[in-house]
Amino acid sequence: MQEKVLMKGNEALAEAAILAGCRHYFGYPITPQTEVAAYMSKKMPKIGGVFLQAESEIAAINMVYGVAATGKRAMTSSSSPGIALKCEGISYLAGSDLPALIVNVQRGGPGLGGIQPSQSDYFLATRGPGHGDFHVIVLAPASVQEMADMTLKGFELADKYRMPCMLLADGTMGQMMEPVVLPDPVELDSAPKDWAVTGTECKREHHIVNSLYLSPKKLEDINLERYERYKKIEEEECLWEEFMMEDAEICIVSCGITARVSRNAILEARKQGIKVGMIRPITLWPFPKKPLLAAANKVKSFISVELNMGQMKEDIELAIRCKKPVYGCTRVGGMITTVDDILASIKEAEKGEE
Amino acid sequence: MADHQIIIAGFGGQGLLFSGKVLAYAGLAEDRQLSWLPSYGPEMRGGTANCTVILSDEPIGSPIVDHPNVVMVMNNPSLDKYENMVAPGGKLFVDSALIGRKVERSDIDVYYIPATQLAKDMGAPTLANMILLGAIVKETGCVSAEHLEEGLRHAVPARHADLIDLNLQALEIGKNYTQV
Amino acid sequence: MAVVFEKPKSLTDNVLHYCPGCTHGIVHRLVAEVIDELGIEGRTIGIAPVGCSVMAYDYFTVDMVEAAHGRAPAVATGVKRSDPSKIVFTYQGDGDLASIGMCETVHSAARGENITIIFINNAIYGMTGGQMAPTSLPGQVTQTSPYGRNTETQGFPIRVCELLSELDGPAYLERVTVNNVKNVRNAKKAIKKAFQNQIDGKGFSLVEVLSSCPTNWGMTPQKALEWIDEKMIPYYPLGVYRDKDGENNG
Repeated sequence: MQEKVLMKGNEALAEAAILAGCRHYFGYPITPQTEVAAYMSKKMPKIGGVFLQAESEIAAINMVYGVAATGKRAMTSSSSPGIALKCEGISYLAGSDLPALIVNVQRGGPGLGGIQPSQSDYFLATRGPGHGDFHVIVLAPASVQEMADMTLKGFELADKYRMPCMLLADGTMGQMMEPVVLPDPVELDSAPKDWAVTGTECKREHHIVNSLYLSPKKLEDINLERYERYKKIEEEECLWEEFMMEDAEICIVSCGITARVSRNAILEARKQGIKVGMIRPITLWPFPKKPLLAAANKVKSFISVELNMGQMKEDIELAIRCKKPVYGCTRVGGMITTVDDILASIKEAEKGEE
Repeated sequence: MADHQIIIAGFGGQGLLFSGKVLAYAGLAEDRQLSWLPSYGPEMRGGTANCTVILSDEPIGSPIVDHPNVVMVMNNPSLDKYENMVAPGGKLFVDSALIGRKVERSDIDVYYIPATQLAKDMGAPTLANMILLGAIVKETGCVSAEHLEEGLRHAVPARHADLIDLNLQALEIGKNYTQV
Repeated sequence: MAVVFEKPKSLTDNVLHYCPGCTHGIVHRLVAEVIDELGIEGRTIGIAPVGCSVMAYDYFTVDMVEAAHGRAPAVATGVKRSDPSKIVFTYQGDGDLASIGMCETVHSAARGENITIIFINNAIYGMTGGQMAPTSLPGQVTQTSPYGRNTETQGFPIRVCELLSELDGPAYLERVTVNNVKNVRNAKKAIKKAFQNQIDGKGFSLVEVLSSCPTNWGMTPQKALEWIDEKMIPYYPLGVYRDKDGENNG
């Protein structure tokens, strides 16, 4: 067990990636995640790793694709506009069944948007960031500790299911410092993967890493196989945290920074005698539908607290099959919901106003 | 021990984020719950900048503070912005060498410290932030003097280790100069 | 009986899908022969492009990765950086390398990335059915320049070797063609050097091969080979544009 240190979220995730055995990082500067690249550029050369500042986000994700094809852990990080550029490469990673970690420290959009915190890439991340039918596993940390832990988890899940994983943070998580206990270094199996391109040594058939299937039947079969895997992930890999849900009559659903603010609002509401609790999704895909559906049988209503125009609200409504009203408490553009904003929504929900 | 929800604000370049880091490292040395959240972006140089530090004995919910109980301001726009946000009974530390006006509220404790002038007098004009921080630690007891020094030693990058003594002197000046 | 001619080991038994008279087959064979002769089959990894040679991954016996359109040099960079002892080559057409992938091309060259690029310039988009390429000649009729490439509105062709020769990064740049026996022999020498450079750690090597596309040029294979001499070589002179070892540096 390592000692407790004080780190920015961006630095904690970078160090955690190294501890996870990642020795290949490719990035391109963009606020508010540039600390990740800065950290990697300092650290990688000292441990025999590779830091490369790519010519573009597109090049960076394709370099990740190249390393991933050789069976090694690779990552890139960016913020919203840069992630949009990476979507092509993410689709190819998914289509070629390659693991990789993509970090998105979100900022406001659309377009160039702003540089302040946002959660407006929720749809982009959870609906499959790129063309074609696919998913990436999406992890939403809500503390600097989780920035580190979820980085490790992200690599693990990516490897386990041979698919890309996105760490979906927001500017606050990247920029804030909190005490963190870094994970112990991971010992990776150094044996070559039975699908990776490592050179045939003239001892085996050649491996092909590819996403092109001109036969419709074959492409359909491959998609069906992939969705079988996705089904298993939905059953086995959902992560969430419940807070004061035992007697809750109103259930807040929120992730990342807004879950932190919601926690304060819940304590405040309870002082005023309103029984509020929270289900905090940690995996956004797979979305923790089961605990939400179970909660729908107990609570009067839900409130989706998020930094976008209500993207996660749709997933909540689907998860609870619209059994109970779902209120929205949202700020966008880099504005962050305050405790007072959330309290106002709680009171609205309490009254049952539409 | 009570929660300390601290906002440190002024112009970029006044060492505000650094002051917050010193407090955060001091909190780490005390094994307390803490968070440090900066404003970031273009305001880093010359524009307004601030950081929020929470020191607590309970797990910290939001790292964002709407009603801080300790505020340090080093320019007029920051005083204008934060004066009304300070929680009743809270403490407001004003660099009176840079801010001409007086605080209007009467339900908070206000400390006027000409930190920038005191820093110039000691021959280290960039250490006004440390002088104010010394005053904050003395008046709020948010961290112990011993841990404050430890925090400072952690926060100063190795290449600037020679500046630690001067920073300690500035903290001392702040501790000894308080005048409500 | 003595065998005087056989298929290179580094080519699979798959039947090439290329059109009759297309020179991709010749270049595939040259690459495979070079891999065989250098004894690097077991440690070579190829990157296939998007374009006519998209299915190159089925034709070489070495490990292969299929890249997104234009991204082969970035993918090759990742593969090479993952294990520098591997020999990594890309095989790209003109649309892939000089249009959509120009950024990746220029920057991998500028970095002096220790990879080998085989660049097929046939002045047209073949796979999609004959549209104007970044290398289509002024006046050349294609599906998207039906009145001939008008340089006033459609700009000028890009001479890749000359452009890259302005950079400090590349170790070796040469333009060759495969339209007659002598030229095929020269092309093979160039390709071999481009691989040998990588083995020797010399850095970025690119061989541009002027190639024919009888189908989309609307010519017989024979006429297409003549067209390379008559039209392409005058615009795209053959030769060495960079050789860090030699005298000729563009």
